[in-house]
Amino acid sequence: MSEYAEHIVDGAGVGLVKKRFFTFAESNPFPLVSGADIGPVTLAYETYGQLAPDASNAVLVCHALTGDSHAAGIYSPSDPKPGWWEVMIGPGKGLDTDKYFVVCANVLGGCMGSTGPASPNPATGKPYGLAFPVLTIGDMVRAQKALLEHLGISRLLSVVGGSMGGMQVLEWAARYPEMVVSAIPLATAAKHSALHIAFHEVARQAIVADPDWNGGDYYDCAKPAHGLAVARMIGHITYLSDEAMRHKFGRGLQDRADFSFSFEADFQVESYLRYQGLKFVERFDANSFLYITRAADYFDLGATHGGGSLTKAFSRGSTRFLVVSFSSDWLYPTYQSRELVQALKRAGKDVSFCEIEAQWGHDAFLLDSPRLAGLISGHLERTQRDLERGIL
Amino acid sequence: MRYDLDLIASWITPGSRVLDLGCGKGELLEFLHETKQVRGFGVEQDESNAAAGISRGVSILQGDLSQEVGDYPDNAFDFVVLSQTLQQVPEPLKLLQKILRVGRKAVVSFPNFAHWRNRCQLFFQGQAPVTPELPYDWHDTPNIRVITFKDFSRFCTRHLITVHEAVAIKTGPSSRSGLVITRLPNLLANYGIFLLSKQ
Repeated sequence: MSEYAEHIVDGAGVGLVKKRFFTFAESNPFPLVSGADIGPVTLAYETYGQLAPDASNAVLVCHALTGDSHAAGIYSPSDPKPGWWEVMIGPGKGLDTDKYFVVCANVLGGCMGSTGPASPNPATGKPYGLAFPVLTIGDMVRAQKALLEHLGISRLLSVVGGSMGGMQVLEWAARYPEMVVSAIPLATAAKHSALHIAFHEVARQAIVADPDWNGGDYYDCAKPAHGLAVARMIGHITYLSDEAMRHKFGRGLQDRADFSFSFEADFQVESYLRYQGLKFVERFDANSFLYITRAADYFDLGATHGGGSLTKAFSRGSTRFLVVSFSSDWLYPTYQSRELVQALKRAGKDVSFCEIEAQWGHDAFLLDSPRLAGLISGHLERTQRDLERGIL
Repeated sequence: MRYDLDLIASWITPGSRVLDLGCGKGELLEFLHETKQVRGFGVEQDESNAAAGISRGVSILQGDLSQEVGDYPDNAFDFVVLSQTLQQVPEPLKLLQKILRVGRKAVVSFPNFAHWRNRCQLFFQGQAPVTPELPYDWHDTPNIRVITFKDFSRFCTRHLITVHEAVAIKTGPSSRSGLVITRLPNLLANYGIFLLSKQ
């Protein structure tokens, strides 16, 4: 996901919020899918709205590749930038915090307060670096489950997320179907295409080729800023679309009337990518980027939970699904969502699907969209009502 | 609710699983859910219609109905509804066979081309009928099939489809009231509604 979405604090949001931390696996390490284990594990998280006395109104929001726990609200009255899904979470919004208790946690392996490669390795006292074990989406979801148990939530009204967040949603539905009443995977897929893995590999190579990366051991010296910035630039190209780029930049020149006849950022699109790269370096850890992209590439729901069959992966439980794709998303194209829908139908699941016409590419799920908000709120309201009436 | 949909709803057993092909904004499914605790699923090609239905909580797949119906297991539904869409389907027999595979019963409705007003337009004015039920000119109509009440009855017999009910009605395209026509249905009814199953 990108910072392409320009958020506006409109006064109708969840207001002041606080980042919280939950630490577990202090005495017994947390076993990972790879066979390694890790502990202690800390997850940074935020919550919005009130948990109902019977804990029946909890909605878990899963963030995308480089997102974090800060999905909505502001940290202080002077905070200029609210959470990444401010447009969707708040009173009267798609995820209505007057009705639902929304939880968003930074993923395991992240670098926004959760345990990741930049965290101190208890064995050495120094940052893990490449000693950090390789993770899967399944590990991230299992860690989220530990957090929810800590919060007293044994069943989720819904799990919602886009992109890599959507993969977590699918993992939740396949791994813990009895805990998930509704699942809303947006702009996502049951596994990455070769094209997608290729983009991630080029981004990872940009990082490891940076001399400052130093085999992942850079925490007390210069960081691989250039490599990480290039990785981010590659990401940004994939988050947009040909149409979105044409519309936003065209061949427009940046702060000049003619070519410089050098390798300066002459074009607006170059300047934009460089700016996004620089901004990203300020907040993100390069090793985290390696681990998280790897986890996303390894994700294959049918292989992990269905012995190769996506239908079988969804065979358990009675989760209701709302699958949404966006017409100009070339990173997670609509055909991948349709494959998901087909498997869900074959598994006898209650599934809704909509391909939203949008020109903004993959990033569309982050932008203000009354249509998307309407789909989510309608689906959730019916789910909650049917649950209360005992017909789900 | 529309008279024809109301009549269709009266055939649906409470608590059953219903697939509505070409469900529009999901009015029938919403009604069945609220009044009969039916578990309803819809297929609708148009994005804004599908989105409007999902936003009202109805489970709808946006897609082509001929393709979407294929993915379901045998007898996945108690009823499959194809309401006023058959006249727009390129391969009606194939679609009906798919419908009768995924549904134990099928409800099919269509405008009756043999209604006297259509006959009059063709006979007296010598032009392709344009009526409230068939409101398009010949060159821009989505209705590529000319179906009459009589033709469809014969079609079912020929293809070994059991007809449990065959009701001819007279109603407006979006009217809440109407009449069941028992005398001369092929001449006097403007819609036919059939309840079918495999033999």
